[in-house]
Amino acid sequence: MSTSEIRTLSAPERRRKRGVITMAVLGLFGLIFFAFLPKTGQPVTYNFVLGNEWVLMKEWIINSKTGSLGFSLLSLAGVALAAVQFRARKTIRFASAIFGFAFLMSFLCWSAAGKFIPFTGLLQGALLLSVPLIFGAMAGVLSERSGVINIAIEGQLLAGAFMSGIIASLTQNNWLGLLIAPFAGAAIAWLLAVFAIKYGIDQVVLGFVLNVLVIGLTNFLYKKLLIPYQSTWNAGGTFAPIEIPILSKIPVIGPIFFSQSIIVYLMYVVVIAIHIALFKSRWGLRTRSVGEHPTAAESVGINVNRVRFRNVVIAGAVAGLGGAFFTLGAVGSFSKEMTAGKGFIALAALIFGRWSPLGAVAAALIFGFADNLQGLLTITGTPIPSEFMLMAPYIATIIAVSGFVGKVRAPAADGIPYKRGGAH
Amino acid sequence: MKLKKLILPLASFAMALFVGGLLVAFSDAKVLALKSQPLSMLSHAFSTAGSAYWALFRGSVFDPRLAEDHWLHGFYPLSETLVAATPLILTGLSVALAFRAGLFNIGAQGQFIAGAIGASWIGFTFELPYVIHTIAAMAVAIAFSGLYGGFVGFLKAKTGAHEVIVTIMLNYVAGYFLLWLLSTTAFLRPGRQDPLAPEVHKTARLPHLFGSDLRANLGFIVALAAAAGVWWLLNRSTWGFKFRAVGANASAARTAGISVPRVTTSVMFIAGALAGLGGAAQILGSEPAMTAGVGGSFGFDAITVALLGRATPLGTVFAALLFGGLRAGGLTMQASTETPLDLVLVIQALVVLFIAAPALIKSLFRLKNIETGETMASKGWNG
Repeated sequence: MSTSEIRTLSAPERRRKRGVITMAVLGLFGLIFFAFLPKTGQPVTYNFVLGNEWVLMKEWIINSKTGSLGFSLLSLAGVALAAVQFRARKTIRFASAIFGFAFLMSFLCWSAAGKFIPFTGLLQGALLLSVPLIFGAMAGVLSERSGVINIAIEGQLLAGAFMSGIIASLTQNNWLGLLIAPFAGAAIAWLLAVFAIKYGIDQVVLGFVLNVLVIGLTNFLYKKLLIPYQSTWNAGGTFAPIEIPILSKIPVIGPIFFSQSIIVYLMYVVVIAIHIALFKSRWGLRTRSVGEHPTAAESVGINVNRVRFRNVVIAGAVAGLGGAFFTLGAVGSFSKEMTAGKGFIALAALIFGRWSPLGAVAAALIFGFADNLQGLLTITGTPIPSEFMLMAPYIATIIAVSGFVGKVRAPAADGIPYKRGGAH
Repeated sequence: MKLKKLILPLASFAMALFVGGLLVAFSDAKVLALKSQPLSMLSHAFSTAGSAYWALFRGSVFDPRLAEDHWLHGFYPLSETLVAATPLILTGLSVALAFRAGLFNIGAQGQFIAGAIGASWIGFTFELPYVIHTIAAMAVAIAFSGLYGGFVGFLKAKTGAHEVIVTIMLNYVAGYFLLWLLSTTAFLRPGRQDPLAPEVHKTARLPHLFGSDLRANLGFIVALAAAAGVWWLLNRSTWGFKFRAVGANASAARTAGISVPRVTTSVMFIAGALAGLGGAAQILGSEPAMTAGVGGSFGFDAITVALLGRATPLGTVFAALLFGGLRAGGLTMQASTETPLDLVLVIQALVVLFIAAPALIKSLFRLKNIETGETMASKGWNG
C-alpha cells in the first residue's frame, strides 16, 4: 500500500485499520500468553444448563492449553477475515465479533484452568449487571443527543431506586413502586433541565451537584426513616421472573434473555423504541438536529429548548425506571448509595458506544460481562487481581476518548446552552 | 463593592441551611406524629432543627462544656474544623486553579489518593530524620499526584480527550488501584486482613500547632501557604497570566502566541500536585494510617469549595473553612441529635445549586444589582 493510498483513507476506514491492527496485536498476545506460556494444561469444565430449558449439551470439558490454542487461532482467523474485508472496503463488524468471542474464550480457558465455569449463568449474570447500565446509557443518549450533558444519570438511577423501594414497601405493591420510579428520575432531570436550559448553567457542574444532592437526601432519609422503621419503609419485594413460553426453552439463549423479570423486558422495549425513534421518526430527526446544529434547527421552526427540555425529562424517566431494577429487580430493599457509581459506568458506556443507542448497549453488555467475570474469577481464584478487572471499563473509556480506537465525537452542540437567535 | 460580592454566597448559604432545617424537622418521627396539632408541630419542628444546628455549632467552633476544665479545650471543635478544612483548601485550590484556566478538574479525588499513596509510602517505609522525612514525603506525593493530574492535561492537549471524562474515570482507577495496593505485602499492615496501611513514622508527621490535645497541625499552614502561592501564581506571574488568558479565550490566547497544550498540561500538573498535597497533609497530619477510603468524597467537596469560593484562592480558603466546619460539626450533630451526617452533603449541594443560579436567589431575596460574578458558562464536550 503506497503512502498516497493511506492519505486517502476516510475517517471510518482509518478507524477500521487501527481496529484490525489492535485485534492482530491482541490475538498474537493471546496466542503466546494463554496458549504457549502455561507449562501444563488442566481440564476446564463449561456448564451450559441453568434451569429447565431443552438440553443440547450439558457440559463441555476441554484441556485449558488446547482450548486456549484453538480459540486463539480462531481469533486470528477473525483478524484475517477483518483484514480481507478491510481491503475490500467493507465493514468489519462481523469479523470483530468473531474475534471478540474467540479472544474471550481463549482468555477464559487460560484463567479457569482446572476450574468449573457456569457458562450460561455467567452470561445471565452479565446481562443482569448491565441492566442499570443500559437504562442509564439510554438516558444519556436521549439527553445528550439533544445537546444536554447528563452527568446526573447516577442521581436519577438512585432516585428511581429509592422511590420505587419505599413506595413498593409502603403500599406493599411492587407495580406501584415500578410506576413511581420514572417520576423520581424525571424529577431530578427536571431540575437539570430547568437549571441547564433556563438558566444556562454549566451542565457538568450541575449534574455533579444533583448527584450529590440525591446521594445526600437518600442517605439522610435512609438513616432517619428506612433503618429505624424498616418494616414499613423498606420492606418491598422483587418481581418474579416471567418465563416466556417456548423462547425460554432455547438452550443458553432462553435462560439468559427470556426468563427474566418485567424490568428486563421493559429494557428491551426501551432500547428498541429509542433506536427506531431516534433514526426513523420526526422526533428523532428533531432531537439529533438540536443536538448537532441548534441554529439550523431553529431556522426551520423547531423550538430548540422545548425539544431539549422534553428529552431531558424523558431521559430522567428512563434512568429512574432503571433505578427500580436495583430494588425491585435485584435486591428487594433499598440500601445506602446502592447504585455505587453505576451511573458513571453508564456514562462511560454511552461514550464508548459513540452516543448511539445500540453502541451504548453493546458497551454496557461488555462492561456488565467484565464485572460478572471479575466476580466469578474472584471466587474461583484468578491469575489477575480482581481490582484490575474492575478498572477495565474506566481504562477502556479513557482509551476510547483519547482516540486510540478512532476519534470519539460527541454531538456537536452537546453541553452548549442555546439562546434564541443563535448567540451562545 | 467588596461587601456586595459576599451577598450571593451568604444568601445561598442561608437558603441551604433553611432547606436543610426543614429536612431535619419534617423527617423527625416525633414531629410527624404531631400532624393533628399544627401549632405544637411547628414549635417542635423549630426546636428539632434548632438543636441540630446548635450541635453543629458546638462541633465546629466552640463547646462550652469542653471549656470547663481548660479554656483551650473549648476550642477543640475549632481545631477539628481546621483539620477538616486543610484537605478541602488544597483540593479546592486544585479545582479553582483549573477553573481559571478553563479546565474542569473532577479528578481531585484520584489525585488526592495518588498523593496519599506517595506520602504514606515514604512515611512508613523509610527511616529519615525529622523535617527531611516530612519534606521527602510531600515531594513524592506532589510528584505522584502531579503526574496523575498532568497526564490528563497531556491527553487533552495531544488527543482532545475531555478532561471531565478522563478525570472521572481516573478517580475510579485510583480507587481500585489503592484497594489493590492495600492488599499487597508492601502496603498491607502486617497481621491485618482489612485494607489498612502501616502508620507513617513519627519523623514524617506534621507537628501540632496548639499542643498535643488539639489535632490542628502544620498542614493547615501549608494549605494557607499554598493558597498564597496560587494567588501569586495567578495574579503576579507570567505563567498565571497565560493560564488566565487560556481560560478566558483559548483561541485568542493561541493567536497571541501562547502554547495552549503546554498550558493545559502544566495547569493540570499543578492542580494534581495541589490535590495530592492535600492527601499528603491528611496522611502526615491527622490520619497517619492510610485506608481504602482515604479519598472520601474529596472530588465533589473540592468542586463545591471552589465554586463557593468563586475560584479565587482567598474565597477557596473561606469556603473550605465553612465546609470544614460543617464536616466537623456534622459529626457532633450526628452523635448528639441523631441527625445523619449526610445533612452536610445536602447543605453543600444546595449551596452550590443556589450559587449557580443567581437568578433564583435574586428573585427569592428580591435583590437588585448584586454582584453575581461570571456564572459557570457551559462549554460542552467538544470544547
